[in-house]
Amino acid sequence: MSVLTGGHSATDLARERKFGSLYSRNAKAVVGRGLMAAKSSTWLVMVSGFFEPVLFLLAMGVGMGSIVGTVQGPGGEEISYAAYIAPALLAVSAMNGALYDSTWNVFFKMNFAKLYQGMLYTSLGPLDVAIGEIFLALLRGLLYATGFTAVMGVMGLLTSWWAILVIPASVLIAFGFASFGMGITSFMKTFQQMDWINFFLLPMFLFSATFYPLSVYPQVIQWFIQAMPLWHGVELLRQISVGSFSPATAIHVGYYLLMIALGIMLTTARLRQLFLK
Amino acid sequence: MSGGATSLLRVHNEAIRSPTPSPTQSESSQSGFDMNRPSVISARNLTKAYGDLTAVDNISFDVPAGESFGLLGPNGAGKSTTMKMIGGVSQRTSGTLSIMGLDPESHGPEVRAHLGVVPQQDNLDEELKVRENLIVYGRYFGLPLSYLRPKADELLEFAQLTDKANSKVDALSGGMKRRLTIARSLINEPRILLLDEPTTGLDPQARHILWDRLFRLKESGVTLILTTHYMDEAEQLCDRLIVVDKGRIMAEGSPAALIREHSSREVLELRFGSERNATIGVELQGVGERLETLPDRVLIYAHDGESALEQVTARGLRPMTSLVRRSSLEDVFLRLTGRSLVD
Repeated sequence: MSVLTGGHSATDLARERKFGSLYSRNAKAVVGRGLMAAKSSTWLVMVSGFFEPVLFLLAMGVGMGSIVGTVQGPGGEEISYAAYIAPALLAVSAMNGALYDSTWNVFFKMNFAKLYQGMLYTSLGPLDVAIGEIFLALLRGLLYATGFTAVMGVMGLLTSWWAILVIPASVLIAFGFASFGMGITSFMKTFQQMDWINFFLLPMFLFSATFYPLSVYPQVIQWFIQAMPLWHGVELLRQISVGSFSPATAIHVGYYLLMIALGIMLTTARLRQLFLK
Repeated sequence: MSGGATSLLRVHNEAIRSPTPSPTQSESSQSGFDMNRPSVISARNLTKAYGDLTAVDNISFDVPAGESFGLLGPNGAGKSTTMKMIGGVSQRTSGTLSIMGLDPESHGPEVRAHLGVVPQQDNLDEELKVRENLIVYGRYFGLPLSYLRPKADELLEFAQLTDKANSKVDALSGGMKRRLTIARSLINEPRILLLDEPTTGLDPQARHILWDRLFRLKESGVTLILTTHYMDEAEQLCDRLIVVDKGRIMAEGSPAALIREHSSREVLELRFGSERNATIGVELQGVGERLETLPDRVLIYAHDGESALEQVTARGLRPMTSLVRRSSLEDVFLRLTGRSLVD
């Protein structure tokens, strides 16, 4: 009994009345669980998630790039086509890594494994669960980004030391998608509804200035794409990869900070509605 | 399970320090069960409504520490909803609820730190191995690994799963999964264990093993709150129970007291064949204390079943089969909640 009454975090919580039953400062237990589960099951998925953008880079960047030649980079300088699309693919990779964990994994844990139901019968609050799950998604995003950045380096696509910053920037992008993804997934009840997420993601991947500049579109479509999150990620990483910054850089970062804040609010509110009704 | 002895010692020490009864102790005297034990759960006019449906309708009860308390009722009676409110994972519509002096709604994590929960459906972590399930669950309570490692082994022993420690959860039988769920619920040495239909779907062997384990927990001083619709389970495990139907308390008391109050000592079951059962009732008037005609048989509630049977044969009636048995909680349950299906 002394273990419980002595070192228990719940007693510290009494002082932190503000978040009451939402948070018990123990998101690390959720993270620990995720790592232990990943140890046995999801390795293959992680590997395939890493290779996907690498294959795209080889096919489009190196293969198609040989007939495209050089294109104009963010600062106006000429760069190889592979160097042009590589940061965009990195943004997509961060997005996919974060979304895989925060949508499909969360969907399964919520509706089939009843994992959260079990967690919330312990001292954990919904905010602990949300933070823990989002952190795991970020960890995956970080792994993908680091691996892909190394590939870019090996292929000679990094022309500036600034490029090392694409790794934290990728985590920022992953954070934005993960925090929103979990909140949106909480509305989904069937596999058909989960497919809507893919239906939204594929065009965003293809048309967010990933493979060619935004200027090819008419003005109205440009506005629409600029409202989408991936475009900001693509532009941000593209600027960082060549070390060419502008006021737009701050807008891209701000976009993600806002997305993260709104996403966490949404996710926590939804978890509370679903499990503490 | 050394928790029982430790907590006894602590109560003793407190008694020396403060000779006047503490507020919680005087509160428990209202329950009328055991004046010496403080009540760990106290519900007053507890109500939960989902839109138009009132799942729990104005119920009040107290559970003193160490008691084994049952919630009996048909499906949809409000048992699970009551359990969820105790665990603080369902917000009540009105009324008050106090778990060890705390409101589970505003102090959810603190209340749950002292609760063990065995849900109706096993929600073990299938991505983790058996022993990992216990350790990870303990981490959710913020407990240190130095405590959890030996505790997990102790609980595996208790649940008779030691040789399955490194198996996948998938590979366990239904009874093993249930035992693991119970072992998991004990990882934080809870003072209150909530068991929602703990043996539903298990074979008789598995049920008896589970009952044995639950009885040991009760002996070690853990308060058990149990929902079930197995009457034999309630008779085996519960010191006291409430029968709930449509969100209301229909009766309250020990199994024996409920049988005394709502049924006779014995029941005589007669079968005259499906056609005659309905009409024979008139001819049986006056035999026993109460008569119930069912499609397949006639039940006569009587203090002495054998003499009731003699009266029946004395009237010249020849049942195809006859059976005299002790009244059970099932008779009480069916009398209080009716025989029609309530899906």
